[in-house]
Amino acid sequence: MSFERPDFRHPKLAKNSAGYSRKDYEGAISTLCAGCGHDSTTSALIQACFELSIEPHRVAKMSGIGCSSKTPAYFLSRSHGFNSVHGRMPSVATGANMANRDLLYIGISGDGDTASIGMGQFAHALRRNLNLNYICMNNGCYGLTKGQDSATADKGSAGKKGKPNPYTSIDLCELAIELGASYVARGFSGDKTQLVPLIKGAIAHNGLAFIDVISPCVTFNNTSTSTKSYEYVRDHIEATNTFDFVPLQQEILAHYPEGTSQEVVMHDGSIIHLHKADSSKDVTDRMKCVNNLELEKSKGRLLTGLLYVNPEIMETHDIINSTLRPLNSLTEADLCPGNNALQMINASLR
Amino acid sequence: MKPTNIKDPEYFHKVIDCQYACPSHTPVPEYIRLISQGKYDEAFKINWISNVFPGILGRICDRPCEPACRRTRVEETPVAICRLKRVAADFKSDSTDFMPEVPQEKNGRKIALIGGGPASLTVARDLLPLGYTIDLYDDQSKAGGFIRTQVPSFRLPEKVLNQEVDRILNMGVTTHFNHYIDNLQTIIDKGYDAIFVGTGAPRGRDLPNLPGRQEGDASIFIGIEWLASVLYRHVTSTPEKVLVLGGGNTAMDCCRTARRLGGEDVRVIVRSPRADMKASPWEIEDAEEEGIPIIDNHSPIDFVIEDGQLIGMHFQKMTADYDENGKRTLLPADEAPVFMACDQVILAVGQQNAFPFIKPESNIAINKYGLPELDETTYQSSVPNIFFGGDAAFGPKNVITAVAHGHQAAISIDLFCQGKDLHVRPAPWTNLVNQKMGIQDWMYDSQVSTDKRYAVPTVDRVKSLKNRLVEVELGFSKKTGHEEALRCLNCDVQTVFEHSTCIECDACVDICPEFCINFLENGDEEDLRTRLLAPADELSQSLYVSPPLPTGRVMVKDENVCLHCGLCAERCPTSSWEMMQFTYNSAVAGQK
Ligand SMILES: Cc1cc2nc3c(=O)[nH]c(=O)nc-3n(C[C@H](O)[C@H](O)[C@H](O)COP(=O)(O)OP(=O)(O)OC[C@H]3O[C@@H](n4cnc5c(N)ncnc54)[C@H](O)[C@@H]3O)c2cc1C
Ligand SMILES: Cc1ncc(C[n+]2csc(CCOP(=O)(O)OP(=O)(O)O)c2C)c(N)n1
Ligand code: SF4
Ligand code: SF4
Ligand code: SF4
Ligand SMILES: [Mg+2]
Repeated sequence: MSFERPDFRHPKLAKNSAGYSRKDYEGAISTLCAGCGHDSTTSALIQACFELSIEPHRVAKMSGIGCSSKTPAYFLSRSHGFNSVHGRMPSVATGANMANRDLLYIGISGDGDTASIGMGQFAHALRRNLNLNYICMNNGCYGLTKGQDSATADKGSAGKKGKPNPYTSIDLCELAIELGASYVARGFSGDKTQLVPLIKGAIAHNGLAFIDVISPCVTFNNTSTSTKSYEYVRDHIEATNTFDFVPLQQEILAHYPEGTSQEVVMHDGSIIHLHKADSSKDVTDRMKCVNNLELEKSKGRLLTGLLYVNPEIMETHDIINSTLRPLNSLTEADLCPGNNALQMINASLR
Repeated sequence: MKPTNIKDPEYFHKVIDCQYACPSHTPVPEYIRLISQGKYDEAFKINWISNVFPGILGRICDRPCEPACRRTRVEETPVAICRLKRVAADFKSDSTDFMPEVPQEKNGRKIALIGGGPASLTVARDLLPLGYTIDLYDDQSKAGGFIRTQVPSFRLPEKVLNQEVDRILNMGVTTHFNHYIDNLQTIIDKGYDAIFVGTGAPRGRDLPNLPGRQEGDASIFIGIEWLASVLYRHVTSTPEKVLVLGGGNTAMDCCRTARRLGGEDVRVIVRSPRADMKASPWEIEDAEEEGIPIIDNHSPIDFVIEDGQLIGMHFQKMTADYDENGKRTLLPADEAPVFMACDQVILAVGQQNAFPFIKPESNIAINKYGLPELDETTYQSSVPNIFFGGDAAFGPKNVITAVAHGHQAAISIDLFCQGKDLHVRPAPWTNLVNQKMGIQDWMYDSQVSTDKRYAVPTVDRVKSLKNRLVEVELGFSKKTGHEEALRCLNCDVQTVFEHSTCIECDACVDICPEFCINFLENGDEEDLRTRLLAPADELSQSLYVSPPLPTGRVMVKDENVCLHCGLCAERCPTSSWEMMQFTYNSAVAGQK
């Protein structure tokens, strides 16, 4: 068994505009089961960060507990990171984000970490629209603790133990839209053509971007009776849209036919071009988005793609009107503005 | 693209870059792996079977395998394949288990070999175990051909040469040394079942029309004749100032020999630009390290004679002009001739074939280049029982090519003597063995070494320049040999894909450090090459394509820079990738 990847990389791979090669975004070799969907999701993350020329040292990776939450060890080894306790990724990410708003936050969680023990934390991070890229690697089970059904396991679905799940499942995307996330998407670890642009869009988005990534657990939940297996997902997937992510300052070259495409200008000026099968499906209308999800679900289909986006609404810092600078850059003069300032504040309160 | 037919033995053979490039297809990674395990006898045996002269070739082989080595596409330098061969020869035990049995009872067929160079010796080695009676004729006093008379002892000690040549002669060759065949018809008339002509390309080119050539004759030598005279001690010294003309390996051997015989100011003068020199880079390097300047772009004008004595030469400076197709023309530069003083000139400006001993009465067809008309597969001449090989067949090449010809000629002679069709050649012997050991453990060392190529230690320059018999290279120690052997990427351990079990989870794609593996819509090769994850513009390297998978896509692997690290197989949950050792042994005479 190799615990190391060879040092060599394809000699003809290009560097990105920040001068990094894809290798600069890698992490340690994965210790997850061979074939775990989480590794593919990790690889999509690496690809997205590479393509966006993100500087690794400007990133903080946060996670909870679970196989999924272990993955920050397997990407961006030059970034900051915090592996917190089970279900507590959102609060640790919130604290970090409040202290330094200049970093890019990638929160990694699992369906157990999010929809069971961490549900309360998840809800409040959404509600505050924290500027965080929240990626939930959703395998419908607690992989790390040997595959118990999670709250996202579909009713009737059965994993390796063979017992069908008797409870209703939680649709994390619907919940995210309802509770205030401003960018909500669903991807599949086995489809990087869709997943990489979804992650890039999330990174460009200012506010809480939630991506529910269906990420099969090959060991405990890849059975023919499971609705989160590679085969089942491939057979039931329904892409709401395909899209191109055009980063800021890049010329738009493709031509998009009218009616079937929708353009969303992101906070940083980059643009998302959606190509839709059905032009009535507007991804900026919350109600319609939830309807679409329910409609496809009733047909037994799993809707993927960019489900909802609202680049306009304010993120936590804007809402609480916090300082524009990271706390560690504030000097004594900034923090103790002196007697004059105190007098002015007192006067304003009289 | 159509699914790759991995049953075709040439598919995986081609992935083993070094073995594929080797004219006699030595199973390189297999012997290197054995060296890394300290199994020198086994490593030696593999070489002996395939290339007949491991100790010799481990020193002087032209090594076409090295520029082909996969490592040159991954980093700067190839594995020191050639020098590892020497490690096997240096550290093997005295056991002779590898020797095939030669039957006491002969098969009644008699074969004549003309010339005792590597080509003829290979034919002898291959045919003796099959019961043939072999007569060898050579005009020299010992066998070895040019590797004896031309290759200087400081590159190849006589002891090593004798050992490997005698090993074959002792298998039962009847030798006729000091026996120049002046008319091949005399041999034909003796009624041999087959005759193999391995007489080499024995004539060195002269510059007969250059002014002063006649007058200076006493101080002007033809390179290959001069080297032979040094061997036989007819020449034992050189004057102080020597000019060697020519840019090939013969020039390098001449200049380095001259340096050892008293030449203080030895220079090599080349007509063309240095980049176009024929000599191997390592030979040029060695010459320069011995204080011999290589002066390029100088074309000889005349020999300058004073009082009947050679005192120097004039040269015209040249410039190389390349047209848009990269075709070169050498043009005289607009400069006055350059004079270089010298006491002696050695001409190493080319080598030619000559067959003065083949007379029209023998009816052997000779083509317009003065070479025999041969079938390119069987090496049969226009006279059915006469075969050619080595430098005599298609012009001067090298030892390993002569050996490869020898093997093929032996197969042809064996088929011919049995009255079989020479074009129905025996197939190579191949085998595919899974390397899995335990759950995720391999029988080979799958870790990829990032060590740079190790340099071979050499003797003290001063010492070696004093005595032409002192071998310059000392060879790797066991330890360095081990480290160098670990640089090998095990290209014979193949990645074998089974499409029917693949669940398209992408684990192999994600782990592969080289982005070799892709799952995508099929297309023709040109189109596929534009759509792979990593640039796939190395057209000489194959794409491995699977039958369609459940999603309708295909797996496409670019073999180009695969490290054979086995990570894809380790990460595959369904064992759809397997690491399998592919053995490819070229056919030998007598093989069914
Ligand atoms: C200076 C020099 C250095 C070289 N260095 C290298 C090197 O480092 N590595 C490498 O791979 N190759 C090298 N070569 C090339 C290599 O020596 C030859 O390619 C190789 O020896 C050819 O083998 P062969 O069996 O075809 O013939 P040869 O080795 O040429 O043997 C032919 C033999 O036949 C004899 N012969 C010829 N005509 C007759 C006749 N009519 N009757 C009887 N005997 C006859 C010759 O005297 C000779 O002994 C070098 C060549 C030269 C000139
Ligand atoms: C407070 C606490 N409760 C329970 C556990 C046990 N535990 C570890 S991981 C895990 C579930 C992980 O599931 P998920 O987040 O879906 O991750 P996966 O392994 O499936 O990727 C549980 C319950 C724990 N580590 N801490
Ligand atoms: S147990 Fe499941 S989720 Fe955990 S690493 Fe293995 S396959 Fe992935
Ligand atoms: S052996 Fe497999 S993982 Fe390693 S380089 Fe080759 S294809 Fe990639
Ligand atoms: S890891 Fe195995 S099962 Fe997964 S895509 Fe590769 S070959 Fe197929
Ligand atoms: Mg889970």
